[in-house]
Amino acid sequence: MTEPLHDVRLSVNGVVHQVAVPARRLLSDALRHDLRLTGTHVGCEHGVCGSCTVLVDGRPMRSCLMLAVSASDYEITTVEGLADEDGSLGPVQQAFKECHGLQCGFCTPGFLTTITAGLEENPSPTAEEAREMIAGNLCRCTGYQNIVASVLRAAELKAPQP
Amino acid sequence: MIGEKVQRVEDERLLRGQGRYVDDLVPGALEVAVLRSPHAHARIVELDLDPVLDVEGVVAVYTYDDLSGPMAEPLPLLIPHPALTQGRTQYALAKDEVNYVGEAVAFVVAESRYVAEDALALIRVTYEVLPPVVGVDAARRADRLVHDDVPGNVAARMEQSVGDAAAAIEAAPHRLSLDLTVERSASMPMEGRGTVARWDPDTKRLHVWSSTQTSTGLRAAVAAKLGLDLVQVDVITPDVGGGFGVKIMHPWPEELLVPMAAMALGRPVKFTEDRREHFISSAHERGQVQHVDVGFDDEGRLLGLSVQFWHDNGAYTPYGLIVPIITSTQLLGPYKPRAYSVVFESLYTNTVIVTPYRGAGRPQGVYAMERTMDAIAAYLGKDRTEVRATNFIQPDEFPYDQGLTFQDGRPLIYDSGDYPASLEKLKALVGWDEFESFRQEARASGRRVGIGLACYVEGTGVGPYEGAHIHVETSGKVKVAIGLTSQGQGHQTAFAQVVADELGVPFEDVEVTTGDTRRMPYAVGTFASRAAVMSGSAVALAARQTRAKALRIAAEALEVSEEDLEIVDGQVQVKGAPATKVALGTIAVLSNPLRYAFDEASKLATQFTVGDTSKPPIADDEEPGLEGKDFYSPERSTFASGMHAVIVETDPDTCEIKVLKYAVVHDCGNLINPLIVEGQIHGGVAQGIGGALYERMAYDEHGQLQNASFMDFLMPYSTEMPATIDIDHLETPSPLNPLGLKGAGEAGVIPSAAVFASAIEDAEGFPIHAMPISPSELYDLRLQHGHEEPS
Ligand code: FES
Ligand code: FES
Repeated sequence: MTEPLHDVRLSVNGVVHQVAVPARRLLSDALRHDLRLTGTHVGCEHGVCGSCTVLVDGRPMRSCLMLAVSASDYEITTVEGLADEDGSLGPVQQAFKECHGLQCGFCTPGFLTTITAGLEENPSPTAEEAREMIAGNLCRCTGYQNIVASVLRAAELKAPQP
Repeated sequence: MIGEKVQRVEDERLLRGQGRYVDDLVPGALEVAVLRSPHAHARIVELDLDPVLDVEGVVAVYTYDDLSGPMAEPLPLLIPHPALTQGRTQYALAKDEVNYVGEAVAFVVAESRYVAEDALALIRVTYEVLPPVVGVDAARRADRLVHDDVPGNVAARMEQSVGDAAAAIEAAPHRLSLDLTVERSASMPMEGRGTVARWDPDTKRLHVWSSTQTSTGLRAAVAAKLGLDLVQVDVITPDVGGGFGVKIMHPWPEELLVPMAAMALGRPVKFTEDRREHFISSAHERGQVQHVDVGFDDEGRLLGLSVQFWHDNGAYTPYGLIVPIITSTQLLGPYKPRAYSVVFESLYTNTVIVTPYRGAGRPQGVYAMERTMDAIAAYLGKDRTEVRATNFIQPDEFPYDQGLTFQDGRPLIYDSGDYPASLEKLKALVGWDEFESFRQEARASGRRVGIGLACYVEGTGVGPYEGAHIHVETSGKVKVAIGLTSQGQGHQTAFAQVVADELGVPFEDVEVTTGDTRRMPYAVGTFASRAAVMSGSAVALAARQTRAKALRIAAEALEVSEEDLEIVDGQVQVKGAPATKVALGTIAVLSNPLRYAFDEASKLATQFTVGDTSKPPIADDEEPGLEGKDFYSPERSTFASGMHAVIVETDPDTCEIKVLKYAVVHDCGNLINPLIVEGQIHGGVAQGIGGALYERMAYDEHGQLQNASFMDFLMPYSTEMPATIDIDHLETPSPLNPLGLKGAGEAGVIPSAAVFASAIEDAEGFPIHAMPISPSELYDLRLQHGHEEPS
């Protein structure tokens, strides 16, 4: 039996792609393997770790829990789309670099997307709110201390300069 | 730059989503799924592959019968030991019998992982189910056997002693006995295992990329198992999404089967482990049952210590006895036991194999010792810090010989340390002396709090060796290769710092490559907190060589003596007259006499331009190129140490255990990059909190792992961590290596079970003898100890 393929339009980081995928293809696999945007990582494939988090119309979604065929109507942002327009690191990325917010870097894309969305909602979080903002993502390396610091630093970097 | 908080050079790439992990490589490779045993113990009666063979997209299916030559032999027993009389290892694909849920039975290669998984569902296996052995108690009962030919399920029994502990305990004024348990946990890196291989038929070379802690180890294993010469195999470790021990064991079945299939099929093949597979087929650790007898005097001074423990090694013993040997030796921590005897049995169970997980047997040893210290303090009514201080090895007693043999087969001799100073720092950091008044205040408002501490000594930087190769480009850029791999420890940054200082070049000009056997074929691996010590030392030595060579060449070019030269910012210059200088890149040009001018720079080195025509262009004892290569091989390990303290609050009703304060005093000798070391401590503490309060492998009596997902195996999220981890460093340099380093990678996790048991015991007022501890277990303990059930 040949698996039927579906034509899907995927708009990722402002670029529109056309792919033909089986109905069961996960969005995470489509991004990673069909579009070769391998920055989105897969740590569990059951929606718990958050490594695969991408922004769907600006809202954080676990791309391992979404089928590629259901993603065509949305604007998707992956870690590859988080840099500033001039190519320099975006504020959340920059903050992670300054605060040593990553070690192996595997969980990091999921944190970066989650925090990007989180700071849209709450641009100046307290330390406690920063901790809550990332409470759905697993990291096995950092113990989260420096990730919380990165959230606070990113908020600072994003704040309009007086 | 050594000692500075330098931002990591790795980050830019990783933050842009441009890291390259195994699953990101070789697009279009065939993909693998592995059929794994659903039974903990069974005989394979029949395997029917027929339904799979016609499935569109399935390219090949392998079972044991398809293996030949060395591949059909059991996997290697990596670390043999004379006491391991009944070592057993599995086959790459199960032959006749399976011994744990998850053991590999068949290997399907298909056009995609989706299709490969479809195919797994069609393979029909008839099993004759055998009764499984699950847990240490069942293994000791031995009314069932894991391996028919291993009596009592005992893989090994090993004993070590110094003095006559039994007699000393017998004669001691006071005696205590403790029975303790620690449950299983696992490394659980966010990236699972993965391997991709490509066979190049034109050059007859195999390229393997694996998410491993040892490229060179895997290379040797692949060559041996596939019948290739070592020089035909390249193993490259790309970015690795965490290791923590589980990626050291080599070769994993898939690490051999993937290259085997790639060669047979003539197409690249990739295996990417999923999370359930990681739970049921990658290694676990920690499970032990312990019995301690101790004799001591009125001050709490140890007079004799006798420890027996039973170590659950799972179904096979590929990594030998490393974990229980570490437990049995590192148990002693910073103390002098006076007389010590330890005996352990390493036992087979029908569960996933046990190999080192960050800490590697030390957390269990520290737990046994520190529970004992607390028990002595409670018995004598003394402060817990006092009893410890009474037993410390003193700063003037180094080197201190514990009289035992360590995991590397070498004597257990501590090189340096200052334990009394550490304890003072810890007491100040956590507020030990002020805690009683805090407890009173808390009690007044109906809150229950407790404080605990735990001390450890960690042998780090085990041999046999590591090496480094440094090459200076004619541009002046410095390319460094080390053989061991990186799993997020920032090796590219830390070792560039060492080179910048030792060679005298700008940090930005240094690029470090790790874990690529093409660049550095001789190496051991990243484990046992050895990277900084071993590779750091090797990098320093190689940089010194490179520097010496640069000075020799520059001295000739500038017609001055070597002693008058220094290298600053990539320029070799005359001391005191820095205008007289030559760039390191130019030295690189001069070091390589050429026939041809490839570019402007190399014109300088061509035959009509350079050199004393009365001498050979390359002196007898020189080589072309501005390079340095050296190896560091220590006589024995260097011993880091530390002490943790924690203040917990236990909820009087829900039994929830909350961390109010966590304090770490850490001595890993000189620090290369404090930012990285502190990050390692944070991560270790988080794994320790997980291991003490949340994580366990919940095997049922059938040997089924009931919590094989992130839904059910509870790892700490940010909300389980305390707001801060307070860290203070003590730097007692190691006299054993050129930079005075000691390892730091595992330290954060080592004392956690002990420190939490100590604090919870202090909060609750009854002894804690089993870790981890969940709220419901604490609730049961409260009932047992006669607390009122909340109304
Ligand atoms: S991979 Fe999607 S949540 Fe873990
Ligand atoms: S940095 Fe390794 S898992 Fe988060």
